[in-house]
Parts: sequence; C-alpha cells; structure tokens
Amino acid sequence: MKPRIAVVKFASCDGCQLQFLNAEDELLSLAERVDFARFPEARSRERAGPYDITFVEGSITTPEDAQRIVRVREESRYLVTIGACATAGGVQALRNWADVEAYKRVVYPSPEFIATLSTSTPISEHVRVDFELWGCPIDKTQLLAVVRSLLSGATPSLPAHSVCLECKRRGHVCVVVARGEPCLGPVTRTGCGALCPGLDRGCYGCFGPADDPNMTSFAQLLTIQGLRAEEVTRRVRGINGYVAPWRETGDAVERQTH
Amino acid sequence: MPSSDRRTRTIRVDHLTRVEGEGALHLTVTGGQVTDLRLELFEPPRFFEALLRGREASEAPDITARICGICPVAYQMSAAHALERAFGVTIDPAVRLLRRLYYCGEWIESHALHVHMLAAPDFFGCDSIITLAAKDRASVERGLRLKKLGNAIVTRLGGRSVHPVGACLGGFTRVPTRSELHGLREDLLRAGEDAVACVRWVAGFDLPDRTADIEFVALRHPDEYPMNEGRIASTKGLDGASDAFDEWFEEHQVPHSNALHARVKGRGAYFLGPLARVNLNWDRLGPTVQEIARGTGIPWPNSNPHTGVVARAVEILYAIEEARRIVDLYEPPAAPHVRVTPRAGAGRAITEAPRGSLYHAYEVDAQGIIRSARIVPPTSQNQAQIEADLRALAPEILRLSPADARRLCEVAIRNYDPCISCSTHFLRLEIEHA
Repeated sequence: MKPRIAVVKFASCDGCQLQFLNAEDELLSLAERVDFARFPEARSRERAGPYDITFVEGSITTPEDAQRIVRVREESRYLVTIGACATAGGVQALRNWADVEAYKRVVYPSPEFIATLSTSTPISEHVRVDFELWGCPIDKTQLLAVVRSLLSGATPSLPAHSVCLECKRRGHVCVVVARGEPCLGPVTRTGCGALCPGLDRGCYGCFGPADDPNMTSFAQLLTIQGLRAEEVTRRVRGINGYVAPWRETGDAVERQTH
Repeated sequence: MPSSDRRTRTIRVDHLTRVEGEGALHLTVTGGQVTDLRLELFEPPRFFEALLRGREASEAPDITARICGICPVAYQMSAAHALERAFGVTIDPAVRLLRRLYYCGEWIESHALHVHMLAAPDFFGCDSIITLAAKDRASVERGLRLKKLGNAIVTRLGGRSVHPVGACLGGFTRVPTRSELHGLREDLLRAGEDAVACVRWVAGFDLPDRTADIEFVALRHPDEYPMNEGRIASTKGLDGASDAFDEWFEEHQVPHSNALHARVKGRGAYFLGPLARVNLNWDRLGPTVQEIARGTGIPWPNSNPHTGVVARAVEILYAIEEARRIVDLYEPPAAPHVRVTPRAGAGRAITEAPRGSLYHAYEVDAQGIIRSARIVPPTSQNQAQIEADLRALAPEILRLSPADARRLCEVAIRNYDPCISCSTHFLRLEIEHA
C-alpha cells in the first residue's frame, strides 16, 4: 500500500501547501508513489486516518483548532509542520503583543461573534512535532527533499546555518556592507536561496532563526546602522517574530526604551 | 415545480474542497424556496487590518502578501499603488510595464491552478487533478506547463512565486536586464499554443446555463485590459474613480447575523472576476484573443456565471500575449524604484486580482507609519452573488438526488474560485438568513 499523506490547514494563507501543487514537474510522479489521502484543497474525496505523514500548515488561533490539532496528532505517525505559521505562529502572531479584543473591533463590526484565542501559537506548543520545515513560504525543493527522506525511512535533515553563508556562496554583494541596509541574514536560517540580497534588499527573516544566532551583536549592529529602538523591534518582530530568540530580542530592546 | 410542493431537502457540505481555505455550506430548500442558507467560512481570522497599524508603510507589500499564497502579487500591487498615492509618488513607465508583467504571471499561475486543479475535475467525474490525469493526461500536463510559466514570470521579477520579495513602494528592489527577461520568450511562444488549446478544452466542458440578471463590476482603462489601473465600471452603468470604493459600494450587515456583505449602493449583489473583466473590457482583449474566444461559440459578453471558467482560460491567453508584448518592448528603467519620501496622508487603490477587484485603503503619518488599513478582497465581495446563485438552484435541488444536489452546489461555489483565506480575515465566520 502506498504511504498515506495528509495535508491539513489551520490559520494560514495556503502558500505552503500550494508548494505541493507548485511542484509541476514532480506532482504526477509523486502521486504515483504516495496517496494524498487527505488534501482538501486539491482533492474532494477524503480517506479517513491514520496517516503515515501529516503536513500541517497554519498556527493555532481558535479554541476549536487547539482541539483539532490534538486529533490530527493522534492520527499521524509522523507530523511535519510546514511554514512560518505552523512552526513559529506566523505574522498573525503579532497579535500576541496586542489586545485581541481591540483587534476584533478594528476588523469586525460585531466582535462578540468572533471566537478566537488571544494568541497565535506554533503547533509545537500544542502537540509533539517530528520535523519543522521553515519558511514563509517553505521552499519547494526542501519540501520534496523531506518527502523523499521520509519515504526512504531516513530522518530528514536540512542545513540551519545563516543566510550569510549562502550569500557568499552565490557571490552576492553584501547589502549591509555595501548599502548600509538592515538585513536579518546574519541571524536567519538558510533555505530561500538568499533571495533578498540577490534582489538588492535586506533579508527580512522568512526562514526563522539560524542555529545559535548571536542576537545581542545583531541588535547592536542594527543600532550602529542607525535604527531606532522601535525600528529594531519591528525588524525582529515580523514574519517569524514570535520564535524565542527573536521574540526575546524584540522584547529586550523594547524594555530598554521604556 | 408546483408551489404546493412542500418537500424539504437539506444539503450539507461540511468541508468545501478544491477551494482555497476552509468553509462549509448548509442549505435547506422547502417548497421550491431556500429557507436556510449558510455559507460558513470557518477559516480563522488573522486580523491583518489590525496588525498593520504601527508598521512601516514600506512593509505593507510584504505583510499583505501573506494574506494569500495564491495571489500575493495582487496584495502587493494594491498596497503599493494605494501607498504611492498617499506619498504622492509617480512611478517610471518602464516599472509600470514590469508591474503589468508581474500581474500577468500571477493571473496565469492562479487561473491555471483553478481551471485545471480545482474546477476541471468536476466535469470529468474526478476528485482531483491526479485522477483527472489518468483520463486526460495531455490536458493536465498542458495545464501544469501553463501554471509553471506563470510562476516563472513572477519568480523572474520577485525571486519566488509565493510571497515574492522583489516588489516595493516605488517599483522593484532590482529590475531584470533585457536578456534576463528575454529568457522567458521561448516559453511564452509555446504557451500561446497551450493557452489556445486550453480555451477550447474548457469551452467543451458541460457548462450549465444559468443566465441571470447580474451586475458585473471591474476596472476599465482607456486603452488597456485592466490590471493595476482604471476606473470602476459596471454593466449597470457605474463609472467612478478607482479609489472611490466607498462612493459606490457598501459593506452591510445581514439581519440576525454577524455578516458583512458588499453591495452596490442602492442595488445589491455584484460579480467580480474574469467574467466581469471580459464582459466590461471585451474591446480591450485584442483581435487574436477575441477570435479564439468567439470561436468557442460562447457569446461575449454574457450573463451566465458558469462561463466564468472559460473567461478565466481566455485571460490566461490574454496574459500570455501581453507578457510576450512586454518582454519584447522592455527597456530597463533608469532606476529600479523611485525614491519614496513619507508624508502624512491617505491613499486608496483597486487593482484586478485574479479573482477580481481588490481594494486597499491606508492612512499614514509623517514618519510613514500606518495608522489605519482597510482591505476588501474580491471573495468577500462575491459572497452575496454566490449566495444569489445558490438560491436560484432551489428548483433543481429538489429534482436531484442528494449527492447530485450537493455536487451542483459545490460546482456553483467553486465557479467563483473563492479564496476563503483572503476573505475571512475581514469578514464574519457565518452567514445566516432568517
């Protein structure tokens, strides 16, 4: 029997699961090797669990979803989070520093009907996660590599060094040195292909923190570059702002100014 | 159906599939009338309009892109145009052309996804593109080629197709050289043939005729098929500046629900998307595209919502022709982006997302910090029209088996290519009608 794959969604934009469908050259051959048993965006029929691999997109933001992820975990042998929302809470985790009741009033005329948690949290705060795939969005090549590893019984492994190394490897001119641009590259995990410096702009951290990021020197670097405290906080409190090293840095810089 | 028939039929679709995002449908028909209709969009809200407050205006294209993985370019373009208006910025004509190319890529990618992966399986009795490939591999492979090309165009300008990073206020962070863009030319030439074949294939689907009295709304530009610019136009005579959304439309609450629907002031539901654009801009499609579209035997313009999927294929063809024209014409601008100096003010813009007009409005302070943001995505505007279409199905629903009736409703919803992730960040979670 073919391995059974499930793709499930919580609060997210669909962009990470879209990477399966963006594998235009590989999709049909992949479908010969695995059974997309549950993939509502792509398939109208759904087979009941258990599933060999479940890919989880999105963060937990409602009381129902906090319960649903527990059921998803129970019917999954191997659970992989895909993307910044599932792995770090996503950009919607900016609510974690705000008053959600006020947020509701900004968007909805009848906020009392909206059932939502006060926080947006990653899947790992709710259930055990076997592997985390970073990125906003995840990289299609990394996704396929993880699928291939799991199908052959190997534990997936992806590099966790900083974007800087990738930049040098590609021969990009350093945007910090040459242009004085704020760039999260030194503390961000590789995986995107150093896209932003390649397009003459600073990295904004889509792939989350690299291994052991030196956040103290990084915050100092931004200050030396002329960023005010609130600008430093905004830089680290972005797409992956709720992940520990970046959250702590943003909070520390914010505290210093108060 | 005699009006004395008091039979009741309830259709439940607990999880809408082959749409973007999470939704459900609950519909009850009694005596030929819809007595209960709930299009429940249970996708959790993400509060983008709230979290944009206090962020830098320059971040808006990157942040709003995250509303939708399928149409991030649309969010970037509406955000950039609205904020450039707030800051009084005029972009270079060559950048304007590149933004048009960028949008062509997204239309091709998003439309090819809907036509082949979301819509087509219904017309072949298949549950997905994968089972469809077993029946019609050539058409599926053609669709995947088209989709891949759309993604390649976006990637050429933005670095990647989902949440591309190259667009910024004032233009792009880096622009391609002539030869970098010319690399797309050969694929665009081949794609022209693929797109013609795609239009003919889709026109051959067994599309129902549910012609109705519908108000179609889209931008209209003096001499182009609309993407980033134009005036608001409708088939019932609307004509307004593209930033005057509130002058013509209102979002309102339905009794006994927390529902916000959009409607044309004083009238009602309206229809956005490819069919609306084709209906209002037929004369801007050019002779080649017109001839292929006419050759399908479908009259254009028309008011049958189910020809929307053909209009989508026609727009793939148009976008490929237009992309080729831009690639041939392209001369790099003097600078990739013009300098943007923040000033206090407000800016509004509509651009044509794959699914229809996407409205952004911002207020910014003198430091360039966003003080308020409002975003009205096409799917939330189409909701009232989707519901009107579902109501019109009532007599048919009573004649069909439960499974067929459910399928009928799903096809009617899917026809709009609804993007629920987009719409629920701004709307209520449930619609109820007394």
